[in-house]
Amino acid sequence: MNPDIDAILNHLREALPDAAIELRRNPGPAEQHSLLVEAASLPDVCRFLHDELHFDYLSNVTGIDWPDPAKAEAVALADNENETKEETEESPPKPGFLEVVYHLYSHRDRVGPLVLRVRTLDRGENVEIPSVVSIYRSAEFQEREIYDLFGVRFTGHPDLRRILMWDEFVDHPMRKDYVAPDDFEYEPTPHDAVLERAKEHYPS
Amino acid sequence: MIAPSSISNPTLEGTDDDQLLRVSLGPQHPSTHGVFRMNVVLDGETIVSLKPVFGYLHRNHEKIAECGPYLHSMPYTDRLDYICPLTNNWAYALSVEKLAGIEVPERAEYMRVILGELTRLINHTSFMGFILGDMGAWGSALMYAFREREKILDLFEHLTGARMMANFMRFGGCRYDLPEGWIGQVSTIIDDYGPFLDEMEQLLIGNEILLARTQDVGQLPAEKLINGGVTGPMLRAAGISYDIRKVEPYGIYDRFDFRIPLGEKGDCYDRIMIRFLEMRESLKILRQAIDGLPEGDFIHPKAKLRNFKPPVGEAYGRIEGPKGELGFHLVSNGTTDPYRFRVRAPSFINLTLLEDMCLGLDLADVVIILGSIDIVLGEVDR
Amino acid sequence: MAIDQKLAEDLKSQGIHVTSFESLINWGRSSSLWPMQFGLACCAIEMIAATMAKYDMARFGAEVFRPSPRQADLMLVAGTVTKKMAPLVVRLYNQMAEPKYVIAMGACAISGGPFKQGYNVLKGIDRYIPVDIVIPGCPPRPEALLDGLMALRKKIAGEKLIGKNRVRHADAKGTAEFPVPEYGPHDLQPTANREIWHPKPVVHEEGGDR
Repeated sequence: MNPDIDAILNHLREALPDAAIELRRNPGPAEQHSLLVEAASLPDVCRFLHDELHFDYLSNVTGIDWPDPAKAEAVALADNENETKEETEESPPKPGFLEVVYHLYSHRDRVGPLVLRVRTLDRGENVEIPSVVSIYRSAEFQEREIYDLFGVRFTGHPDLRRILMWDEFVDHPMRKDYVAPDDFEYEPTPHDAVLERAKEHYPS
Repeated sequence: MIAPSSISNPTLEGTDDDQLLRVSLGPQHPSTHGVFRMNVVLDGETIVSLKPVFGYLHRNHEKIAECGPYLHSMPYTDRLDYICPLTNNWAYALSVEKLAGIEVPERAEYMRVILGELTRLINHTSFMGFILGDMGAWGSALMYAFREREKILDLFEHLTGARMMANFMRFGGCRYDLPEGWIGQVSTIIDDYGPFLDEMEQLLIGNEILLARTQDVGQLPAEKLINGGVTGPMLRAAGISYDIRKVEPYGIYDRFDFRIPLGEKGDCYDRIMIRFLEMRESLKILRQAIDGLPEGDFIHPKAKLRNFKPPVGEAYGRIEGPKGELGFHLVSNGTTDPYRFRVRAPSFINLTLLEDMCLGLDLADVVIILGSIDIVLGEVDR
Repeated sequence: MAIDQKLAEDLKSQGIHVTSFESLINWGRSSSLWPMQFGLACCAIEMIAATMAKYDMARFGAEVFRPSPRQADLMLVAGTVTKKMAPLVVRLYNQMAEPKYVIAMGACAISGGPFKQGYNVLKGIDRYIPVDIVIPGCPPRPEALLDGLMALRKKIAGEKLIGKNRVRHADAKGTAEFPVPEYGPHDLQPTANREIWHPKPVVHEEGGDR
């Protein structure tokens, strides 16, 4: 059962008035609305949700790469649409970012998923997000995986290193601009993108 | 809350480093259930530190899913948890139906329940065979387990054309209708399954070696398990009643009368025995589903297979798979291809607490504990 | 100098069998192949099912799965070989003692299979080690695995142990060990072992024969 997200937002705003939290509506039929939390406030928000509102089970941590922030906004609609329209007319194009989405459930109250979103500042150097491992142990491997595949650095993680790829690997493969390495020497039935790569190996 | 840094600290202060033995168990090892590696530091036979190493079967399901339409990922979900393919299909179909707001007709829901519970039976039966192999009874229990598994695989082959990789669920229902006589065959097999379970339980419950090796091994307190994100039979063996079929019923599970078995201590013995009890509950559900199967559509009449474009948005759908909570987080930006396809794999998350369960125990216990978590590397590494 | 068939039949009826050392040794070798326990992914489950009661690989002498590569002579690569796993597969192959054979079971071990587009998937184990038999399928049925085993037995029975065309393991100059690839920053280094991997050059034009 989806939680009452407006009530939760009110509790959070009362308890943590300095934390920057916004409600984002999910336009699709699933109606799993989310709370966009600023990276610096994430540990406090999680601590409050865990201790006071009994969201004791972190089910899933997903990393998403948004090179185009407009698409991210379309998936998680801000309430104040007029503001965003003004912004697009005047301000320069915003950089893309990496997003981490958390799904929280409550064992005691049997509600969920409460969706939290946290965004990095850009896709280059400023990719740090505080780790929630000290509050939710289940994030340990999942944060390592997001570091490995997307490049988000979780500050405060006890053991942040690659988990699925080998340690000498340099790229972050799940990013949208990742180019797969060249092992297209033998492609018997290529088409589309694979055909382009295979053509480089054809005898001239 | 729980501070992992004190446990996972790799520098091991305060120990006599010369006396410690560093062993790498795996990735090619008879009892690691696939290509799973553990870097273990031993003091004699006692575990001082255990670090799992993954990635040896990282097959890029998530990246491949972004390269094609939603339907092309359906056969790939078979290969995630390859011992129970149909429940993976169901979880993915459910998540897409949540994303796009598609309804499933009643007959299709009953078909899904029947196939899902049959898959739970084969998973728990194979688990029983594998864990007894880990304990040293190599081959014997596995022979019995696979004998029963083959009967159910014959059913799957009759229905879907493939023994393992069924690829049977679609968004809005199932791929095609049940052939004639199939339900009768299922009924016969379920009738024989009860005596098989009686036979296995009789062989196992009083077995001295099983009791000595699995009792009081690998326990953790309940809060730690919930905090570690553990789900499935491992959680219920510790006495926590959380089964998604009862907490957040999906499909038509709220119509069936079944109980959730709970363990007491959460040790390996509880985890093994709870799966026997779950198999018996599955037989109950199967009997009710077969008796109540209605006529009707096997897929929603307006379900689109080609050019399927769900609306912009995201959804997280989850089911109670045989190993735990299997969830799919899908993000759609209105095109035919998913923008983000994330698999929340139960085996991966259940392994978070592996080190905590093994500290202070012997190396031989690690194998039993790993076996009792019931992992499948296809899911762990995706 | 071939033996006259009629003479051979006569001798046989009296309890005297005439054969060559080559046939005898190959017969013994092929009837008692010991596979290495090396299931990687889904095909491993079908491999296990092939050793179980319904399909029973024990009748063909191949039921003794050895965990250690030193004691095995058949490597059944069953499942996807990822780039992270590839150096270990080659290292295990090097540790096996001659004569050793490789069966690539399943589409993934042959050429990458359905996961071919993946950045971490090796497009076929034949890039680094020589493969004797391939069994296509995803996963191949246990009967297909038994069929592959029969094909391997036939291949072993036809091996020449002396003479110019003798098989690799009977040749003092034959290599039993192959170089292990290393983890590079983007891919394995080298991407393939060109001395044993000779793919036919394929030129595929757009909109050709599809």
